[in-house]
Amino acid sequence: MRQYSKLEQRLLNEFQQGMPLTSTPYADIARQLGVYETTVLETLKRLQTEGVVSRVGAVFRPNRVGASTLAAMAVPAAELEDVAAIVNGFDEVNHNYEREHRFNLWFVVVASDEDRLQQVLAEIEQCSGYPVLDLPLLNEHFIDLGFELKWT
Amino acid sequence: MRRDSPFDEALIEIISRGLPLVSRPYAAIAEQLDCSEREVMEGINRIMMRGDMKRFGIVVRHRKLGYRANGMVVWDIPDARVNETGHCIGQYSFVTLCYQRPRILPQWPYNLFSMIHGRDRSAVIKQVEFIVEQCGLHDIDHEILFSNRCFKQRGASYPRRCELEPRGMALNE
Repeated sequence: MRQYSKLEQRLLNEFQQGMPLTSTPYADIARQLGVYETTVLETLKRLQTEGVVSRVGAVFRPNRVGASTLAAMAVPAAELEDVAAIVNGFDEVNHNYEREHRFNLWFVVVASDEDRLQQVLAEIEQCSGYPVLDLPLLNEHFIDLGFELKWT
Repeated sequence: MRRDSPFDEALIEIISRGLPLVSRPYAAIAEQLDCSEREVMEGINRIMMRGDMKRFGIVVRHRKLGYRANGMVVWDIPDARVNETGHCIGQYSFVTLCYQRPRILPQWPYNLFSMIHGRDRSAVIKQVEFIVEQCGLHDIDHEILFSNRCFKQRGASYPRRCELEPRGMALNE
């Protein structure tokens, strides 16, 4: 990891939310940081090229359209890659992770509606031969203010 | 399930993919949507007011900044305490998600899920200890499920509804 300038640190930490809804939002950010608009734009482009910034945009909560769930499976280690490939084969699946637990495969399924969601889960069970835990979101206890980065 | 106007859907897709890095990004979007800059800004404001946008700004990739450890902490909270505890856990900036999900007994006893990022595992463990202390969870069963391999992570795009079948939709990271 390289060293980040004070300007980069402040950009990354202070503007994860509250993007100005004005004609020239980057100029507004620049003013707050005491730099030129072009500096903000160039810095953001560089951070994006480096992969540190994914984008400047909106983050929506899940479940906004269609139906979604978090699913988990307990798969023998030797078969994990094969089962993960089966799971990945569904377009409705994203965020498929191995986690260190008896339930070692965790993935998010987003489908057009609840019927399709259940169909995908059933097909994954059939194809893999292992049961799937269906853990849909019931309640969100969280205000997303972005993630505070520590620079020490 | 809410139905958005085609204009709002298109706008949601664009702002989910990201604003252009130009001096007047909303004007650039307006050109794309064949409307005025003002309509774009009003549209975004309208979408924000409905409350399903979590935030609007710079989306940072933690891993690239050295936050390599990711622990999903799962808690078995008595139902009567789950709201209060969820609020307590969700208030800390190192907690990036805090969701209530169903127990599935007997296999799965945990009903509260929180995601914690840290530079390494010991940092995550320390943060969990801090939460236990601050939220009074000494008597609560919990486990930390550290992520290992990533088999699939779709980008943060937000396809139109018509693309949901068959393409599926990506969530934020």
